[in-house]
Amino acid sequence: MATIKLKKGLDLRLKGGLSGGDIGQAPAGTLYAVVPDDFVGLVPRMDKREGEPVAAGEALFHDKNDDRVVVVSPVSGTVKEVRRGLRRKIEAIVIEAGKDTEPVSHDVKADPLRTLLASGLWAMLRQRPYDVVPNPDVRPRDIFVTCFDSAPLAPGLMTVLGEDKQYINKGVEVLGKLTDGRVYLGCREDEEVQVEGAETNVFAGPHPAGNVGVQLANVKPINKGEVVWTLDVVTLARIGKLFTTGRVDFSATVAVVGECVAQPKLMRCVMGCQIGTLLGETPTENVRLISGNPLTGSQITPDGFLRAPYRQLTAIPENAKPDEFMGWASLSPKRFSIYRVFTSWLAGKREVSLDARLKGGERAIVRDGEYDRMLPMDIYAEFLIKAIITFNIDNMERLGVYEIAPEDFALAEYADTSKLELQRIVREGLDRLRAEMS
Amino acid sequence: MKALRKYMDKIKPAFMPGGRLAKLQSVFDGMETFLFTPNTTSHSGTHIHDGNDLKRTMITVVVALMPCLLFAMYNIGYQHYLAIGQQASWLEMFWFGLIAMLPCIVVSYAVGLGIEFIGAQIHHKEIQEGFLVSGILIPLIVPIGTPLWMVAVATAFAVIFAKEVFGGTGMNIFNVALITRAFLFFAYPSHMSGDKPFVMTDGILGIGEGTVVNSYTGATPLGQIATHAGGETLALTDVVGNPITTYDAFMGWIAGSPGETSMVAILIGAVILLGTGIASWRIMCSVFAGGLAMACLVHAFPSPTYAASLLAPFAQLCYGGFAFAAVFMATDPVTGARTHIGQYIYGFLIGVIAILIRVYNSGYPEGAMLAVLLMNAFAPLIDHCVVSFNIKRRLARAKQ
Repeated sequence: MATIKLKKGLDLRLKGGLSGGDIGQAPAGTLYAVVPDDFVGLVPRMDKREGEPVAAGEALFHDKNDDRVVVVSPVSGTVKEVRRGLRRKIEAIVIEAGKDTEPVSHDVKADPLRTLLASGLWAMLRQRPYDVVPNPDVRPRDIFVTCFDSAPLAPGLMTVLGEDKQYINKGVEVLGKLTDGRVYLGCREDEEVQVEGAETNVFAGPHPAGNVGVQLANVKPINKGEVVWTLDVVTLARIGKLFTTGRVDFSATVAVVGECVAQPKLMRCVMGCQIGTLLGETPTENVRLISGNPLTGSQITPDGFLRAPYRQLTAIPENAKPDEFMGWASLSPKRFSIYRVFTSWLAGKREVSLDARLKGGERAIVRDGEYDRMLPMDIYAEFLIKAIITFNIDNMERLGVYEIAPEDFALAEYADTSKLELQRIVREGLDRLRAEMS
Repeated sequence: MKALRKYMDKIKPAFMPGGRLAKLQSVFDGMETFLFTPNTTSHSGTHIHDGNDLKRTMITVVVALMPCLLFAMYNIGYQHYLAIGQQASWLEMFWFGLIAMLPCIVVSYAVGLGIEFIGAQIHHKEIQEGFLVSGILIPLIVPIGTPLWMVAVATAFAVIFAKEVFGGTGMNIFNVALITRAFLFFAYPSHMSGDKPFVMTDGILGIGEGTVVNSYTGATPLGQIATHAGGETLALTDVVGNPITTYDAFMGWIAGSPGETSMVAILIGAVILLGTGIASWRIMCSVFAGGLAMACLVHAFPSPTYAASLLAPFAQLCYGGFAFAAVFMATDPVTGARTHIGQYIYGFLIGVIAILIRVYNSGYPEGAMLAVLLMNAFAPLIDHCVVSFNIKRRLARAKQ
């Protein structure tokens, strides 16, 4: 075990964090949804049509390029609607929960790879390079598991797991059979997880220390031609539970947090549930609802559904100060900035309120070092971003494009004076590169 | 503010495509975003953004330049009344300097922003803030006696050929303000060198009328060094022949380009830039380190042929535009090196080359401008070398 201290990064202390570890039970809703966009890299081909019954754990769709990779329904019921967008792209598959049909069981003694694929948990794994759902034909060099989430307002993953912690051992045992290398766990000092068959590293430092890509880059960076799988400890425990009980546990513990939430708390629900069941009294007027954390999550409407990784629901003001007069000249310490050009640093460390405004216009990259100080990797972030924008494949490879995922640039995107959409740039660059390389 | 917002909303349609003032859309957009923070919210990626934007960043640099600007106004008046041998209060001196500088500031902004507005309109882009800083830097580095039409031509040349052709703010290779200065220097050498341009000898609008005293020379200290007749000792004087010391140069009561004379005002600016984290301390400190190292070296081998080598190392840094270039020109992030190691090299070489030109090239009494421009050209190469080490490390790791 090693302790790795990361200096770069930033802990944003937003208002509306969790105060205790109590877990409430969300009321059971009738509608649930699976969003194919959450499973990056898959091209969905429907297995179920509208109106067909589906059991919990039964495949809803498979990947066009590999029909072994499936995404399953989290509840039993009927497929109510397949929502399509532009060019008939499948945006969501809505399931109406019905009478309890028997959930799908899996043979835990069979080939773990096959069981994992059939269970649908496979789609929750990611591979570097490209940060997509892994290719089952490629054995990974190593498998990296992050055991904490350092993003703003994120819940402690060990609290989220609760009693399911007991399945971590089994999960590591299963994953160990799928790689020739090792399983690495990345932990916080106070929540160390020691498991036989896995190597534990402790990470100290601000966000993005909890990003699995950052842990990977600081333990054993990935090189061209290598493949590494990444996942979080919640998925690891789910895998362990699957191989212990034979069934996938589709329940999720979600932190409902943010400035606009009356009482931030942890709620137990089922993956893909309607967020109305989680929000309770929270107002939705002029509120930005985010499934996930404010840095990497997806915006959802009040009648929307909880999206992967089914861990956090954040509500922040959409526009706290419409038509702010000469905001750039503000002397108010309330206008929060991590830079000392505003007076907010004089007010010391405190919980701050941030809304969804860009607070400026998009510009060319002017200030230097802004991205680098937010990315604790041995990568020249700005040069890499420029290589991606110009899609210079040689330079992208040389500068380490295989080591990154969009989420690693989320903090840089927050801090960017030029307000560039770095995560979109990285995602599109990775997708294009993957298409070019295959 | 609501009334203003309503008024803006009312006139907005005229500036939109199809409206009768559609050709001024970028001007209107610029004005609107200046007055009201845009209500745009994020629609992809990160939902929260920092309060800082390029407007604030640029304005902070302008604020950091204010001590230099205010002192420049005072010093222009001080040098003027010294030259005509009249007593004046500091307020009168400041007032004289203010009206002497104002036309230059107005011309610089009008020409530069005018071209930016036209460029933004042609490319249907938002107006960018880069010229906010360049527009105030230009009057500070152009000698006060420069005719306004020259300032206009030089500014237009710099904005068009050093910035717009490369793609506007954030894309330029050379520092726009320095290109203005270099254009003047090479296009109108007779106006830019010698003893004429650095002191206002004529009155303006009836203020400060008088004739220069007999002992008036108007030479800047570095100008005197360049024309040094020989001998082991340097006897620097002010514009009317009184001896001056390094202390005068540190405080700024000497002739020179308006913004560059006072080390105190420049250091206040440096504190603002470093305190707010806008300028790179790596660049700024290494320019001074490089300058000091080179100044020590040349001072170790003093020679009457190269009179500047007779200056003590610290005095080298106080005279001329060295400190101003170190704090405000070298630290321009767009034209400078962007990797940390690169910034040390870039800054150090600026310091070394500035003193090298100043001392050993008698054709140019001051080398700071040329040093920064030269290193602007080399900054991408320095960064390329630094980044290539990272690339080599990655390749070596892959081969293991």
